[in-house]
Amino acid sequence: MSVIIEIRDASAGYNHDVVLHDVNLTIQEEDYIGVIGPNGGGKTTLVRLILGLIQPLRGEVIYHGDKQRNLIGYLPQVSQTDRSFPISVNEVVLSGLMSARSGLSTYTRNDRSRASEILEMMGIAHLRKKSIGELSGGQMQRAFLGRAIISEPRLLILDEPNTFVDNKFEHDLYELLRELNEKMAILMVSHDVGTITSYVKTIACVNRNLHYHRSNIITQSQLAAYNCPIQLITHGEVPHTVLGEHHHNHD
Amino acid sequence: MLHLFEYEFFRNAVWAALLASVTCGITGSYIVAKRMVFISGGITHASFGGIGIAYFLGFNPVAGAAVFSILSALGIEYVSGKTNVREDSAIGILWSLGMALGIIFVFMTPGYAPNLMSYLFGSILTVGKTDLLLMLGLSAVIVGFFARFYHTILFISFDEEYARAHRIAVGLFKYILISLVALTIVMNIRIVGIILVISFLTIPQSTANLFTKNLRMMMIYSIIIGITGSLTGIYISYYLDIPSGATIIFAFVVLFGLAKIIQVLRTRMLIRRQVNQLSNQ
Ligand SMILES: Nc1ncnc2c1ncn2[C@@H]1O[C@H](COP(=O)(O)OP(=O)(O)O)[C@@H](O)[C@H]1O
Ligand SMILES: [Mg+2]
Repeated sequence: MSVIIEIRDASAGYNHDVVLHDVNLTIQEEDYIGVIGPNGGGKTTLVRLILGLIQPLRGEVIYHGDKQRNLIGYLPQVSQTDRSFPISVNEVVLSGLMSARSGLSTYTRNDRSRASEILEMMGIAHLRKKSIGELSGGQMQRAFLGRAIISEPRLLILDEPNTFVDNKFEHDLYELLRELNEKMAILMVSHDVGTITSYVKTIACVNRNLHYHRSNIITQSQLAAYNCPIQLITHGEVPHTVLGEHHHNHD
Repeated sequence: MLHLFEYEFFRNAVWAALLASVTCGITGSYIVAKRMVFISGGITHASFGGIGIAYFLGFNPVAGAAVFSILSALGIEYVSGKTNVREDSAIGILWSLGMALGIIFVFMTPGYAPNLMSYLFGSILTVGKTDLLLMLGLSAVIVGFFARFYHTILFISFDEEYARAHRIAVGLFKYILISLVALTIVMNIRIVGIILVISFLTIPQSTANLFTKNLRMMMIYSIIIGITGSLTGIYISYYLDIPSGATIIFAFVVLFGLAKIIQVLRTRMLIRRQVNQLSNQ
């Protein structure tokens, strides 16, 4: 497996606050990493660090691989979308192709048919001409996911994708991610620990520090050892259960 | 009515109206889409400082306004990107500082400040060849830049952070765009004046926005509405002998009112038709 991104001994933060300290993480092809941690623990900051939106205060983030293929696709956490902004769903999805070709002046016929495929795949083809503000929260998430994957990035990052979506879409989403994972690595932040552990391959606990757990099964005591206190709101199970135990696909 | 075209001042005014509609139609749509109306107001009023200093030192007021508006535009962009100063407070300070400097320097200028009123209220009927050439140059730059980079501009404006994550030179684009906004403001101060220029940048665009949710179409409609309103305004102001800038803006507002009525009626009709269809099923 080849390495896509390496974070080495990185610290990051805002103004005077160090939010992440001494973080190491290597992301390889085929990875499917679930990122968990308490609110304010630094999960989104980790995502922003990987995306290059903030620079590490110390340490480094190294990007490997060919420049041709777009490196990262990204589904933001709560997006502060201006609902009256004049842009159509189709244009939002197409904009995911913008990337390295920043000189791009028109989209090719190829680009447009690719966008149609993606809209179809996301189940929002009938909404393509609507302006983005006319969509419901869940439909908008689908459009943004379309934007994230249209360029077939090597790494797909999702920051709490399940926050505003209905159960139906959440289920579809996880199935779709499983398929996508055959073509790209995935890093998914989630607050719903119980759910993600049955989909991801490995877990990263983020609470200022990052503890990488090379399995999708994690116990309460391991979480405690990782200094990663998380609320366990896992589908009515007793909060002391071993997470992932209900999952049978491992080994 | 057409005999007016025999006069050079009138032909110049018509050209000025066309070019103003192009520059304002395009950058104004960007301003409205990005909710930058307040920023644009700040830049406009800051430029008055430049006009005042130019009067005092005895050089071309338009040049003074250009320097001030571009510097304040770049300053606002820098402040909003880099520091923790609240952007709206910074704009408010700049807005009044520009006006204050302008008033002080105009006051200190010995004798009478010629044409001062035309900068405050505009006078499209006195636009000269040089003004027109400058406006033509600016129109060419704006049309060229927006045509070439339309998708990038749309992408950056809609979701700046995403564009950054895609390694697009967001900062550079924003500095260029805000400079084009500043230049559009300065060139059109000659037409409708400092006090009303913001209307030329927002009323046709808001009218267009009633009928389209597509940025490109918004730009095209704004240009058409801009031309219609400003030519109407020029004729009326000529025949009634009232100030042209104010008349043009008044024409814009009337057009907006008409468009709003049409839009409301159309929406009602469409909804009634849908309800009827649903209840007939
Ligand atoms: N733009 C910002 N400026 C200053 N502090 C921030 C900013 N974004 C996040 N923080 C702080 O950084 C910490 C981690 O935030 P974040 O990475 O968003 O956490 P999480 O995604 O795990 O909930 C929080 O304490 C938050 O207050
Ligand atoms: Mg977060």
